[in-house]
Amino acid sequence: MAPVPTERDLRLDLFRGIALWLIFLDHIPSNAVSWITIRNYGFSDATEIFVFISGYTAAFVYGRAMLEHGFIVAGARVLKRAWQIYIAHVFLFVIYLAEISYVASSFNNPLFSEEMGVLDFLKNPDVTIFEALILKFKPVNMDVLPLYIVLLLWFAPMLWLLLRAPSFALAASAAVYALTWWFDWSIPAYPHGNWVFNPFAWQLLFVFGAWCALGGAQRLARWINSPVIFGLAVAYLLFAFGIAMTWYFPRLGAFVPNFVSEAIYPIDKPNLDVLRILHFLSLAEITVWFVPRGWPVLKSPVFWPAIVCGQHSLETFCLGVFLAFAGHFMFTEVSNRLLMHVIVSVAGIVIMVAVAALVSWYRRIERKGPGPRPPSIEPGYAGGDA
Amino acid sequence: MTGRIPFLLALLMLAGPAWAEQPDACRVASPQVQRDFPLPQVTRAIAAKRLDILVVGAGSSLLPGPNGAKNAYPARLQMALAELLPGVAVKVTTDAKARRTAAEMAKTLAPALAAAKPALMVWQTGTVDAMQSVDTDQFRAALERGINIAHSAGADVVLINAQYSPRTESMIALGTYAENMHWVALQQEVPVFDRFSIMKLWADLGTFDLYSATKKLDIAERVHDCIGWLLSDLIVEAAKPDEPHAESGR
Repeated sequence: MAPVPTERDLRLDLFRGIALWLIFLDHIPSNAVSWITIRNYGFSDATEIFVFISGYTAAFVYGRAMLEHGFIVAGARVLKRAWQIYIAHVFLFVIYLAEISYVASSFNNPLFSEEMGVLDFLKNPDVTIFEALILKFKPVNMDVLPLYIVLLLWFAPMLWLLLRAPSFALAASAAVYALTWWFDWSIPAYPHGNWVFNPFAWQLLFVFGAWCALGGAQRLARWINSPVIFGLAVAYLLFAFGIAMTWYFPRLGAFVPNFVSEAIYPIDKPNLDVLRILHFLSLAEITVWFVPRGWPVLKSPVFWPAIVCGQHSLETFCLGVFLAFAGHFMFTEVSNRLLMHVIVSVAGIVIMVAVAALVSWYRRIERKGPGPRPPSIEPGYAGGDA
Repeated sequence: MTGRIPFLLALLMLAGPAWAEQPDACRVASPQVQRDFPLPQVTRAIAAKRLDILVVGAGSSLLPGPNGAKNAYPARLQMALAELLPGVAVKVTTDAKARRTAAEMAKTLAPALAAAKPALMVWQTGTVDAMQSVDTDQFRAALERGINIAHSAGADVVLINAQYSPRTESMIALGTYAENMHWVALQQEVPVFDRFSIMKLWADLGTFDLYSATKKLDIAERVHDCIGWLLSDLIVEAAKPDEPHAESGR
């Protein structure tokens, strides 16, 4: 059986926390501060980081539970987590409904009569709310949690396989990814189209994260430490950066040969394009190269805000979605000046850190409370969630 | 903000019955207009002193009210082109109906092109696709189909992406569709009039208050007028015959 490492890797919490901040900044429409986020400088974005690390920590937490208490207990815990995420998603949907109902009743600019048609679904809430509850109707920017739910639903059998035959499990995951591209597998959405994050494709990154957590990272060490791989990663990041610049400065597009455009576009985010995976892997390679495991600086107060957010990712993520709504509301109702963008962005992150710290504190006092709760099987082990 | 001054100038110019030339309010966004690819049929049409254009669009190509057709950007485009191209008979016909996706519009392109026989088809699309979250593969396929239909009918194509609509921004994933349109345009070598970025710049500079909850048409009419002007800039620039590969044909 694959070994399960005993100490939580703080780098995971750090980068998941940063990814959550970036997702928050990207989710506020037209936020000037979102210029700093990685999606503007290459192919992948914070979603890849979030999904990979979530897979890693899920394997870390539930893998231990499965080894100690068996498939049924661990599987039940995974499903409980999926249920929590579902509840969180529905909660966010209610906030979304309130926001758009307000816009529908207060805004009627003739310039945007077409765009206001997006509010038509308010006319038949019976259908819309039902479709939202079965995760077919998903408002903009509310696609990550449904993806997470589906990934967790099939995670227990996947974890069972990962603990017994890790390489086979990873190969099976890659095969599902390849078949998804081949046969166009997807999950239908309401009223049209498909899920923005196709779980059949994105599971690859989640399973790869889990595989890394269960000893895969050690097996990859020789590759990770190879200067050739490092060089390739840097070259690929530079290539992606160059291409990304042509999105903002179309004149630079003249330097990109036509066959390159033919080859790379469309960069398929719903199906986790290979270009995106490679970009994420290159970023990970560079990160692992410069930030070693157990780096003492990770325990310094500088990184604490991001780490505490990463350790309570569900709460922080949901709060981020809500704060993005609220931030956009501030832009429309109060001011849309650059100063406001900065204030909203900084205040949002401060609130995320404060709430994550509060959740952390709650967990600590709960653990001290009565009742036999061996910390080693709690999802909150080592101060973090799955 | 520097955008205030052109804004005031534009207000002053509003007092006149018609603008003699492009209002300064539009000009702040001129650098946003890119000429990516040549328009050989338009070049030929201008040389032949007769330029017919078909604008195919959805709801954001229309303005409501009795003067809607006169003030919407297709009519303003005709006026602007007539001024920029003296001696050329410019005629813009419109096929705009609200709530149409790219695929729905592509279906009716062939008869519309056959009727209008334009040298250029201006195709505004993407908003309704984004609102209905049409599959992006299907969106791209519809764009490609439409561009091919226009090319085989002997018309050049300019694509127009969605409007920047700040209030509904958190409800419509316009960016994804603008991106996909851009990729199709690059591969099909068709210019895109980046209405989204242009309007966003106007909003950022304070040129037009796109957040306004007004029910009146004044801002809408000025925005459409500017779009007509900037679009005419793109068309005239891209059709300039001195471009070495402008006559390469398709």
